[in-house]
Order: sequence, then structure tokens, then C-alpha cells
Amino acid sequence: MASGVKPRVKVPKTAAAGSAITIKTLISHKMESGRRKDKEGNFIPRSIINRFTCEFNGQSVIDVTMEPAISTNPFFEFDATVPEAGEFKFTWYDDDGDVYEAVKAVAMA
Amino acid sequence: MELTRRNALAIGAGAFAATILPFQAFAAADEAIAAFTGGADVGEGGITLTSPEIAENGNTVPVSVDAPGAVSIILLAAGNPDPAVATANFGALAAKQSVAMRIRLAGSQDIVAVAKMADGSFVKTANAIKVTIGGCGG
Amino acid sequence: MNNKLLKSTLGTLAIAAAMTVGSSAVFAGADLDKKLVINGETEIVTRTAAPAHLDGALDEIFSGWIFRKDETQTAQMDDFDNPGMIFVDIAQDAWNKVDGSEGKSCASCHGAAEESMAGVKATYPKWNEAAGEVRSIDMEVNNCRTTRMGADAWKLTGGKMTAMNALITLQSRGMPVNVAIDGPAQSMWERGKEMYYTKTGQLEMSCANCHEDNYDLHIRADHLSQGQTNGFPVYRLKNAKLNGVHARFKGCVRDTRAQTYKPGSEDFLALELYVASRGNGLSVEGPSIRN
Repeated sequence: MASGVKPRVKVPKTAAAGSAITIKTLISHKMESGRRKDKEGNFIPRSIINRFTCEFNGQSVIDVTMEPAISTNPFFEFDATVPEAGEFKFTWYDDDGDVYEAVKAVAMA
Repeated sequence: MELTRRNALAIGAGAFAATILPFQAFAAADEAIAAFTGGADVGEGGITLTSPEIAENGNTVPVSVDAPGAVSIILLAAGNPDPAVATANFGALAAKQSVAMRIRLAGSQDIVAVAKMADGSFVKTANAIKVTIGGCGG
Repeated sequence: MNNKLLKSTLGTLAIAAAMTVGSSAVFAGADLDKKLVINGETEIVTRTAAPAHLDGALDEIFSGWIFRKDETQTAQMDDFDNPGMIFVDIAQDAWNKVDGSEGKSCASCHGAAEESMAGVKATYPKWNEAAGEVRSIDMEVNNCRTTRMGADAWKLTGGKMTAMNALITLQSRGMPVNVAIDGPAQSMWERGKEMYYTKTGQLEMSCANCHEDNYDLHIRADHLSQGQTNGFPVYRLKNAKLNGVHARFKGCVRDTRAQTYKPGSEDFLALELYVASRGNGLSVEGPSIRN
């Protein structure tokens, strides 16, 4: 699934020290559940993103274990505290071993 | 189909399976909750699940769960073939113990959220969601 | 003749039976006054007076957004909630990528899509004088690819084409749909109009039966819209991808239990032109989110 996977992340460019910000993430992925059948009646093998993490300067914000019941093109929205200037790192882990990353810098307002 | 004794039995068996299936699904959800809590008592209150009363389409249903002070939250769809949906673990920099996502629901059912609080206690809440089948598959 | 009349009466009764009145608690009518503002800045016209050519048919026209549930409506208010925007990002990469024997990308001729494509979608499909035919955006994209870039044509209903259509559409978002129905495009427009009112399939339903006569009512669990195309391409919750106009037409015609026209056919092009013209005055809204 490595080809055509594209993350899209909304993080404010600036924040006040210690303030809370809302983050939204989307990533293009078919999230094949393993329960669908192809035209010949054979099950299409499961192929999903099974984990999503968000860290800020190496500290965890959220770490989500994902199951096949997560919709195609997974979306997450959550709130993070920004203690200082730095970088958010977003990581999606694919069943096939691929890892997709996005990084967003936040400056102090 | 001709209604023979054998066919009648087959229909009966099918109807019976259809009746017990939801209970099996609930059993699977209960097992998943037990695995998450380690069998500990589960209370109520302090956890909010937000979801549509009627989903526009079962393939993409927006839900959010909020449990102030939780370290992790498990979300289950009791009526799905596999009830597990997601487990969110909140880190030190989570400003709220809250997450929104879009999930798949196989049909009308209850979704259940269980939160593990910082003191090791558990709280639970559930919402019913209706999933309609439209007329226009387009 | 009598037989035909009887059939058409039965068809209408069947449709009437399938519709439920919009007053029940579960199936409430839409809030026709609800406002759509995207990213807190782009105001979208979702309700306006019908264009003159719909005189006698409709007084007002509504975007399909009006008829969706609250959660779906809200998701379209922020481009970071709208999954269709991922595909705009993907198309932006394709826009800049050299493809084909001529060593060109879209950007080689057209520069930044934000500038060169602004307002384009609002007037399509339209007459192309040099080609001597009515063309859709998708036809123009493939024409560029094959004649200028020396690249393969994209499948009309494929992901690459629908994403590129979304990127081009986005540059007109908020502008009024303004499709020309006269001049050299008139005969195609007339052909599309004829199709719109022609009953198809075993259910003997025309586009108008659902989308003109019965919009804002329910057909089984579906809340019928006016079938406007100003929101296309649409990200459908049902199949979790961007869908083009022709693919949607195909679904509708199939649901009347008819052999459908082909996406990319001149028939659907005529229908695309006509249906687009029924939305003249609504804002270009794509990529939108629908059920």
C-alpha cells in the first residue's frame, strides 16, 4: 500500500506556551478489512493501518491502536498541549510494515 | 422454493441463528471489555460518547469519545462481526482525553466506550446508532 | 397509447408509494436556510432562485448539501475534515509531475492551478470552438494529456481523473455555476434536457421524478436532493472515494433498472451539461461530501 498514501494534517503554525491546540489528521488508505470478497468469491486479504501515534518533541500526545472497523481514509481529531516551540511528529503504521510520517513545526506565539 | 420438511427445517435453523447472533456479538464485546479491564468493576459517569442518532451511511460514521482524566479508552461496536474499533492511549501532552474518528458499522447497533482512569478504575458508556440502508446505491 | 398512459400512471403511483412525506420525526424535511461557510471564509450559495430556463419547473434551486445530515454537513465546513481534500493534494502532485513523451506536466503550460484554473469549472461543460464540440473538464484533461503531453489518457471514472477534476474544481469554489445553454452548445443542452425528462428502466423513472417532483422527500431511507452537480466531484461516505458526475449518473440510471449509458459517452455529456445548467446560480462547491 506504500504507493499513493498521503497524509494531511492540520496544526496551527503558532501557539502560546502551555496552550491547548486542536489537531486533525487524515491519511489516504483503503483500510481493507479482510472481510470483503472479490468477484471470484475469495476474501480480499486484510490490509490496514493498525496504529497511529502523535508525539511532540519526543513526548506522547496520543497512541491509537486501529482495527478494521476504522473507515477508509482514517481521520482523527484530538487536542494537544504545546509546552514549548518544537515539532509534532505523526506516524501511521501499515500492516505491510510501511510507515508513513508527517512533521509539523509549531512556533511560540 | 418448494416448502418441504427439509426446507422448513433449514428456514427454522436460519431464523434461530439470526436470533442468537446479536447475543454472540454482545458476548464478543463483553470479552473485549473484560480483556481491557482485566475483569475489574466498571462504573458509569465521567465518559461521554458523541455519535449520530441515525448514521448517514454505515461505512463512515463520525464518533467522538471524551473521558477527562483517562489514560486510555477502548471503543467497541457491539454489533460488528469483530467488535474492536480502536484503543486510544493518551500521553503526557494530551490536552484532553478525547478523540474523534470515523468508523464502520455493519448495521444498527450499540457502540460502547470504556475508559481506564489514572487511578486504575474503569467507566463505561454506550450509544445506540441506527444505520439505514438507502434506496439509491448509486 | 392507452397502454403507455396506463404504464406511466402506474409508474407514478409506484414512485408515490416509495416516497414518504417529510413530516415524520425520523424523516424530517431539510433546513433549507442552513448556511455553508467553508474554512470560516468561503461562503457557498446553497439556495437561490432557479435559472430562467427552469421557469414552470422549479422556483428555487438547492445544493445537495442542504439535504444531508448535520454531521455530513459539518464535515464539509473544514478542508481538514473533508477527506476529498487528500485527493486534491494527490492531484496537485500529479499537476506538477512531468508525464508522457513531450516532457511536460500540467504546470508546464498552465503554471499554478490556483491562477490558471480559477473560474474554469464554473462554465463547464462548454463549447470548444477549435474542437467543434462540447467538452467536459475531463475531456479537456485527457486532450491535454494525449495531444500536448504525449501521455496516456486517464480512465474517465478513475481515481486520477476524479482527483484532477477536484483540484480544478477547487479553484472555482464559491463562484456561481454559469454554464452556457445557448449558441453552439444549445443542441447538446436540448438533448440533455430530453434525457432528464425521459423515463428509463423497469421502474420507469426519469431524473425529474425524483429530483424535480419529489426532492426533500424520502425514497426508502434516502433523503432526495435536487440532483444538482455543483458539489461534484463528491466524496461519498458510502464508497469512501471521490465520485465524478458520470459515475453518479450511471448509479442513478441503474437504480431505475435500466441499461445505463456509458460514463464518458456523448449521452452523459449532454446530461452533464443540462444538469449543470439547472444549477446556474449555485456556488461551485466541490469537492463536497455526500452520503
